[in-house]
Order: sequence, then structure tokens, then C-alpha cells
Amino acid sequence: MSRHTLSVLVENKPGVLARVAALFSRRGFNIDSLAVGPTEHDDVSRMTIVVNVAELPLEQVTKQLNKLVNVIKIVELDPAQSVQRELTLIKVRADSETRSHVLELVNLFRARCVDVATDAVTIEVTGTPDKLDAFIRVLEPFGIKELVQSGMVAIGRGARSITDRSLRALDRSA
Amino acid sequence: MTEELTGAQALVRALEHVGVDTVFGIPGGAILPAYDPLYDSTKVRHVLVRHEQGAGHAAEGYAQATGRVGVCMATSGPGATNLVTAIADAYMDSVPIVAITGQVAAPLIGTDAFQEADISGITMPITKHNFLVTEVADIPRIIAEAFHIASTGRPGPVLVDIAKDALQAKAPFAWPPTMRLPGYRPVTRPHSKQIREAARLMSEAKRPVLYVGGGVHKARASAELAQLAELTGIPVVTTLMARGTFPDSHPQHLGMPGMHGTVAAVGALQRSDLLIALGTRFDDRVTGRLDTFAPHAKVIHADIDPAEISKNRHADVPIVGDCREVLTDLVAAVKHEQAEGHTGDYTAWWSVLNGYRETYPLGYDDPGDGSLAPQYVIKRLSEIVGPEAIYLAGVGQHQMWASQFVTYEHPGTFINSGGAGTMGFAVPAAMGAKMGQPDAVVWAIDGDGCFQMTNQELATCALEGVPIKVAVINNGNLGMVRQWQTLFYNERYSNTDLQSVRRIPDFVKLADAYGCVGLRCERPEDVDATIRKAMEINDVPVVIDFVVHKDAMVWPMVAAGTGNDEIKIARDMAPVWDNEEGV
Repeated sequence: MSRHTLSVLVENKPGVLARVAALFSRRGFNIDSLAVGPTEHDDVSRMTIVVNVAELPLEQVTKQLNKLVNVIKIVELDPAQSVQRELTLIKVRADSETRSHVLELVNLFRARCVDVATDAVTIEVTGTPDKLDAFIRVLEPFGIKELVQSGMVAIGRGARSITDRSLRALDRSA
Repeated sequence: MTEELTGAQALVRALEHVGVDTVFGIPGGAILPAYDPLYDSTKVRHVLVRHEQGAGHAAEGYAQATGRVGVCMATSGPGATNLVTAIADAYMDSVPIVAITGQVAAPLIGTDAFQEADISGITMPITKHNFLVTEVADIPRIIAEAFHIASTGRPGPVLVDIAKDALQAKAPFAWPPTMRLPGYRPVTRPHSKQIREAARLMSEAKRPVLYVGGGVHKARASAELAQLAELTGIPVVTTLMARGTFPDSHPQHLGMPGMHGTVAAVGALQRSDLLIALGTRFDDRVTGRLDTFAPHAKVIHADIDPAEISKNRHADVPIVGDCREVLTDLVAAVKHEQAEGHTGDYTAWWSVLNGYRETYPLGYDDPGDGSLAPQYVIKRLSEIVGPEAIYLAGVGQHQMWASQFVTYEHPGTFINSGGAGTMGFAVPAAMGAKMGQPDAVVWAIDGDGCFQMTNQELATCALEGVPIKVAVINNGNLGMVRQWQTLFYNERYSNTDLQSVRRIPDFVKLADAYGCVGLRCERPEDVDATIRKAMEINDVPVVIDFVVHKDAMVWPMVAAGTGNDEIKIARDMAPVWDNEEGV
């Protein structure tokens, strides 16, 4: 089993997320993380899906996804050839005694403090899942009150765009 | 100049434009607007069925008998949910149907309104695609897209759910609409490199088998299959969904593989060194335990659906494409190989296979007490009715016997529920098949359990002038389940005794009540005369109640969860696989 990041271009239509989610659940594939958002084209959304599967089931995942009529294109992003980021918001216990320790860690991890209360601070941090895990581990001793994490988003390195060709096809068909 | 039409009018007009001549359905509140213009249509005949499941199976039968898209229609809520079984059935067997359902008006969607059900949500995993239409202007385009999706690529069911207010609103109507399906691009042209590699493997193989599935007939490629088979001399097996695609009388045909396949077909797959799998999906009913299936074989797998390739069994040569194009190209590539002097030699292989065929032909035991053997009934039916007829079956023992003991010579002459195994399929699907092929003799071979699930459509048949013929193989039991109880549950017959042989209900009287002719046959000596009598009645449907003995079992059998090598030809009797090491 290994983690794979799929960048999936889908038609921006109601119900598409449900179709993708239903497909994963029906075929018995696990989604580690899912992020959905707009692209530079109004009619197209992008889903970044992280799945934890072996090589052969991964082929099934992409083939089955490709069969969904609303799915336009699927690209697997190699971690070495792409930038992958998650965003986490962490509310951690911090009073006058511990606050400076927490802020020091915030600086070390190039995170940001986005809200301060008398006994807690809220921190925003982006990065790879490994970095976020490491950050959470060092904050744990202070007491994490709440943790909110986004799905992963990812983009290929270099000048090429995976949307170019498929979106041109979309323009032609419209 | 574009006309302004209501959504309902646009729907009916669009159905006419895509060539629909028959719709099976039942009206109700939400779909009611559509039924008004349908009343006036001279091109579309609406058949008022008695249960929506019947409409769905009728659409499937129509589609499979004609190769065109079958259409069923229902109202929202329970009307739509009653279609679900038939839609799931069509999905499993890749049958092109379009289901049109009414939905509550758009402002009411999500409020748990009267007769509201989220049918697009419910059918998401059992349709090739579905649509929820809330804008009247979208109706023509979506109908065009639905028929395109259902009938192209790997065929399948498409559901179009239309909100009542969209049916009532007005919009300009233009035809043809522009389809917008940027994510739908089925591949039909096979890759030439893979074709060449396949041809090369075929000439090198010593023990190849053409493993033919339902996709070959769906691609209308029987002639091309025969060409390839005869060009190469490779043996052919036809799965349940492919019966008739290659003539049963052909000397290269080994029969059906799988759980109730012939010893020759199962043995051929198991001992093969090369499977040429065409339009088939390595279903568990064919493979048995996957890890012991065809252990020595390389696999060439051609299918129009890339997701089927290497799903259950790794394909050494994957070929994505339409089976007719694949077979045409394979024939050319094999000819090329042969011209270069590479012709496969399968003499030793055939002597092994002929040995299986001669030693283990299909057979059955006569009950010996004067009662009727179900296999005998079906065999005589085939011999008297002949191979020009269309045969349908429900699901269970009678279905397997219908596959084993009817001789199929033409593609598309056996229509049954394979993947989903839907009991009750036969009668409504026979109605649809007969409407699609009115000149064909259509026989539904049904079990008494199946028949009691959907026989209400006999009323539809009688009233609409659809003279199907039904052979009820009545053993008074859920026969296949009973067979498993005999074999695996110490003969503890929990809830499989329907007692229909006690004539509750009396199928002859039931047929009569439905305006059909009912006949009964209980003795072997009456079988021929009864079938002949049924063949003479062509103005109304006929039902024959064949009262058969209940202990007949379907053999051969590969028990569920075991490997194909453990096939039994009768209880505790396995074939002897000798000499195969030498081939």
C-alpha cells in the first residue's frame, strides 16, 4: 500500500462530488484526503484525491474514475515532480507562561499565529503532510484544543499545465 | 424558426427524434405532464405495464432483441424505485436502456415531498450515467446525451429524472441539440501493436481457447468471431451471456464454461496456455476461485471497457476496443502470421478436448418413476421449436438448463439475467423481446418461483396483443436454492418449498384469468403434444405448466468458492483428468 495523489478535472456540475465519493465507497477504495475547488476555467473543477492503495487497485481507481461521464481527465502527481500542500489550523493552549515557547515553534515551522486569546493561540500552517505531522507532534505537549485540516492540493512542477489540453477540448465541445 | 414547446412536448418530440417506437411504463403524478403529449404521438407506442419492474425488464428484452435502446418510464418516488432492480440488472449485463422518471417540482426537491425519492442518488452506482433535469431548456439535449451514452461504448442503463415543473414550463425546441460530454470518449479502435502481439501469441500457443462473452454479440461480431475461429482452428467457449454468438452445432464449440459449464469448456480453460478473452469480464461464475483459474494461461483480453481489463485477472496483452474491430483486425493479423509461415498447431490439444467431450457430454438422469425431468422438457422444447426462436429465462435451475439443453445457433437468441441474477426477468423481458421482434417466436422458460414474481405482465401481453409463450418449469420449489441445501446444508430445506405443484396458485387457471391459454403437462409422453399445441396458438399468450420432479439437479457444478478443477459431473463424481500433462 502506498499513497498516491490524483489530480482529477471534473465538470463543474451538481452531484459530481457525490458520484466520485460514491464510486470510492462502492468499489472499496479508501480516500485519505480530498480537496475540491475551482480552476481557471468556470466549467471545470479540480479534485485532488489522495488514495492509499497498492499499484493494481490504483489502476482500477483511475479506470473506474475515468468511466464517470463527468470526469474529464485524471493525472497522478509524482511527489518528486509536484508541489503538495495541506493547510492546518490549530488551536493550542498557551497562557502567559507557555506562549513564547509556542511562538518560537511557530517561527521555526514558518507557521503563522492568526488569533490570540488569554489562554490559547490559533496557528495557521501549510506544508507537506510530513511537516504538519511534525509540527503537531511538537505542539501536543502544550495541549491541542482543536485541529482543522484541509485536504491536500497539489500542482505539477515546471511550465506545463495538465489543464491546457483537456480544457481546449472542452472549449471545442461547448 | 424554432417552436416553443412545453418540457413534456419536448421530451416526446426528442424521443421521436432519437427513433423510439416503444416505451414501457406507468403514469403517475410527477410524470403526468409527459403522458399528455405521449397520448397524441403516432410514432411512440406506450405500453401500459402492471408493475414498473416489468417496464424495466421489458425495455431490457426489447433492447437485447433489437440492439436498439429500450425505454421505460415511471413516476417519481415508488414508481422510480420500482425500476431499480431492472436498472441494476441492465447495468450488470450492459444492456442499453433509458429510464425516464418524473420528479417532484424543483422547489419541492429535498423537502420530502409526496412521492419524492432521490432516484438519481439511488441509481448512481447502478447506471452508466444519470441526469436530474430541472431546466426545461435542457430536456432535448439531455435526452440526446442519454441515448448516446446508453448505446455507445460499453452499453448500459441511463436514467433521466425530470422535475415536474420542467415538464410544464416552455422553451424553444431545436433538433438536433449539441451534446456536451467532454468527459465521455469511448475507445473503439484497438491498438495495432497489441493486435500483432495477440496474433503472435495465438500462433505460438499450444492450447489456446477463445473465451467469448456477451460483448461479442453486443458488438454484432459473430461473423468475425466465426472467421477467426475457423481461420485458426482454436476451440471456442461461450459464456452465459454469449450463448448463440457461436453456433452450438459448430465442431469447434465446447459449450458454456463456468459453475454449470460443460466439462470440456471448463477443462479447456483450466488447461489452456492462452486465453483469448473477448468481451467478457472474468466473472466469478466463470472463473471459480481466481487463484486456481486457468493457472497455465497467458491472457489476451479485449474489451471496450478498459476497467474490465486486468480487473480480476492480469492481462498479458490488453486490448481496448470494440469487439468487431478487434476481431476484424485479429483476422487480418493472423492471416499475416500465417502467410509468414506461423500457423498454430493444435492437434494434440484437440485430441485432449475431444476426449473430454466424448467422455463427459451433458446429460441428466431420468427420474425413473414416470414423472417429468425438467431437462427433458427443455430439450424437447428446443428440438420442436428450433433455433430460429428467441428464448428467455429467469434465474435458477431452469436458466442453467435453458443454457445447457437448448441448442442455440444464432446470436441474440438467448436472453437472460446473467450478472444480477434477477428472478422474475423472463416474462416481462419476453414481452419486450416480442415487441421488438414481432415476427419471432418468443419462449420464456421460467421457474415457478420466478414466474410468481412478475407474471402480472401476462395481462399486459394479453391486452396489447403480445403472444409470448411461457414454459413454467414447475418443481414447486426454489430449485437452485434447494439444490444448494441438498448439497451443502444437509438437505435442510429451509423456506424453499413453494408448494406450487399443489396448484396454489393454479398456473393454468391463472393463465386463463389473464386472458391467456393455460396448458398443463405432467408426463413425458405428453410433452411433445403440449409444446406443439402451444406452437399453434399465435393470437394470445400461452402458459404451459410443466410439473416436473423436484429432485433434479444442475450438473456439472463447480461449488461456489472452489476452483474449476473441482468440477463435479454429479454428486461426488468428478471427471478424471488424465494425460493432460503430456499436451
